[in-house]
Amino acid sequence: MDIDFITQILFAAIKTGTPLLLIALGEVVCEKSGVLNLGQEGMMLMGAVVGFLAAYSTGSAGLGIFGAIFMGATMSLIFAFLVLHLNTNQVATGLALTIFGTGLSAFIGSGVVGETIQGFQPIIIPLLSDIPVIGKIFFTHDLLVYISILLAIAIAYVTNKTRIGLILKAVGENPNAANAIGINVLKVRYLAVLFGGAMAGLSGAYMSLVYTPMWIENMTSGRGWIALALVVFASWRVGNIVLGAYLFGLASIMHLVLQGMGWSISSNLLSMLPYVATVIVMVIIGADHFKEKLLAPRSLGKPFNPRQMA
Amino acid sequence: MKALPFKLIPTLEARIEPSLIMKISSPILAIFLTLIVGSILFSLLGKDPLHAMQVLLVAPLSDAYNINEMLVKMGPLLLCAVGLAICYRANLWNIGAEGQLLIGALGGSAVALQFVDSSAWFALPLTLIAGVLSGMLWAAIPTLLKLKFNSNLILTTIMFNYIALSLLNWGVHGPLKDPDGYGFPESAMFSEATTLPLLFSEGRAHLGVLFALVLALMTAFLLSKSHLGFQIKVFGSDEAAAKYAGFSSTKLTWIVMLFAGALAGLAGIAEVAGPIGQLVPGISPGYGYSAIIIAYLGRLNPIGTILATLFMAVLYMGGDLAQIELGIPTAVIGMFQGVLLFFLLACDFFINYRLNFNKSNAAYAQ
Repeated sequence: MDIDFITQILFAAIKTGTPLLLIALGEVVCEKSGVLNLGQEGMMLMGAVVGFLAAYSTGSAGLGIFGAIFMGATMSLIFAFLVLHLNTNQVATGLALTIFGTGLSAFIGSGVVGETIQGFQPIIIPLLSDIPVIGKIFFTHDLLVYISILLAIAIAYVTNKTRIGLILKAVGENPNAANAIGINVLKVRYLAVLFGGAMAGLSGAYMSLVYTPMWIENMTSGRGWIALALVVFASWRVGNIVLGAYLFGLASIMHLVLQGMGWSISSNLLSMLPYVATVIVMVIIGADHFKEKLLAPRSLGKPFNPRQMA
Repeated sequence: MKALPFKLIPTLEARIEPSLIMKISSPILAIFLTLIVGSILFSLLGKDPLHAMQVLLVAPLSDAYNINEMLVKMGPLLLCAVGLAICYRANLWNIGAEGQLLIGALGGSAVALQFVDSSAWFALPLTLIAGVLSGMLWAAIPTLLKLKFNSNLILTTIMFNYIALSLLNWGVHGPLKDPDGYGFPESAMFSEATTLPLLFSEGRAHLGVLFALVLALMTAFLLSKSHLGFQIKVFGSDEAAAKYAGFSSTKLTWIVMLFAGALAGLAGIAEVAGPIGQLVPGISPGYGYSAIIIAYLGRLNPIGTILATLFMAVLYMGGDLAQIELGIPTAVIGMFQGVLLFFLLACDFFINYRLNFNKSNAAYAQ
């Protein structure tokens, strides 16, 4: 293994980890408000298909991104209404959102399967990209990779250092207390869920506009679910999410690494690596039950019902 | 202007007791609302909505061939849904029916392919048992991880669905590929000895469909009449009470999960040893995921699940017909299923709440 090979692998790990990073950043904000949205996969697929359709019909990848963000947010609005207003079970509603999104995306995308578009071009950052090895790995990506890192920094700042972050935390930890001091719990949760949906849409757009770039049914292949595991794995901390996303990115391209090293294992068997990695991660997290309980938002998955308060 | 004797905008109030009528009628209402949304969608696509509904819901029951095909789809859906219904009753979020089905098909096929040139009487039972055991194994791993390491059952079962798909693809591209199959990713055709007998003189409906119905009825009986069924009920509604009563949550979790795995595994092997006749990559068009919706639509009750499966199988069949007759992609069925579950969840809201149009006793519920 030479240094060029390692550089390429790490570059690809970041590229592959970016959709996971985007969607996990949205989900962590949503979960911090106490709402568990299992509809990630469905929102991501809808973002991917709508982003692709918008870019395909207008010729503008930028419009595709906006379309995807809008679609992801719209999908999450359905979830938010059911969960926050009708107090439906968050797990079942999230599953419904995934099934709905999977079906609807396959339906509206059936006309453009196999079509290709001009995706995003890489932006090579001057000077920084000239640094040996590191320059190539970090500073020769497309726009969305840089945006995802900036978003991670912004979210880390807002959730940890600002009043907004404090309100979010209060709502997720103890909605009744938050309500008592005059915070509109449902409004905060609506906004958090919407943000999660928008990020899931953006993540989907990354898949269909940058990563492949084309639309294939079910093209996210479980990334929405992996992101849910990633958030727990990262103990709801943004810094850990960034690291974890790139680690999962690395696991997803491990088959290329092994083939590059001359191993001859069936690619069908190797394609299960990211999922096996997720299961292992779930086992590690679960085994440390005490830590998980300590770090998870206290009211995660539990409905807040202002009607009972009245 | 005289004031109306009722309010135009009703107020929402909590019911004192959950409404049994609403619990039963909510699925029917949800189906009705879904069909309205479907009609609007078809109109937008420029299709005659009445004709589309006729193709979707009536045509599947119109002749012997279509009824046969509908029954073929009912088999795996019902088996998976009954297993999931029991899991959800016990508050175990098993999303893994799809993977258990695929592994059941894979494991069963590995045995069936040993009998390609044989006509031994025990070939079929062995094949079916292998399928059931494989499904159980695939359910057992996430169960073990949950009980030993407290890992999240939803996420592990989903991951096991994806892993199962990888394994199935590996099987049909590798060790189980037909050596005389011109390189297609398919196994050899199963022999007569490992194929499920047909139910009628024509059509593809096979013994597996009958298994599914009998097992659903048996499960219904066990749930309502046995001590185990009672334990599951208590365990699901109040875990603390179940523990206080001395029920072993570990034992119940194992029983329920293995049972669901066995049924899904049977669904898988019955597909390949029934209508398909060989192991192929595309065994299931998402039966294991649809079964989640069926379980809810059937109110987590095996008898209700039979009715819900009937509806879903008609819808699947109708989706196939709609593609042929109306040029609508079959993916529309997946979307309908999602909408249906949304409406069901929303309608269930009214099990515990009601709208009050009555002016005088608005404060009654408070």
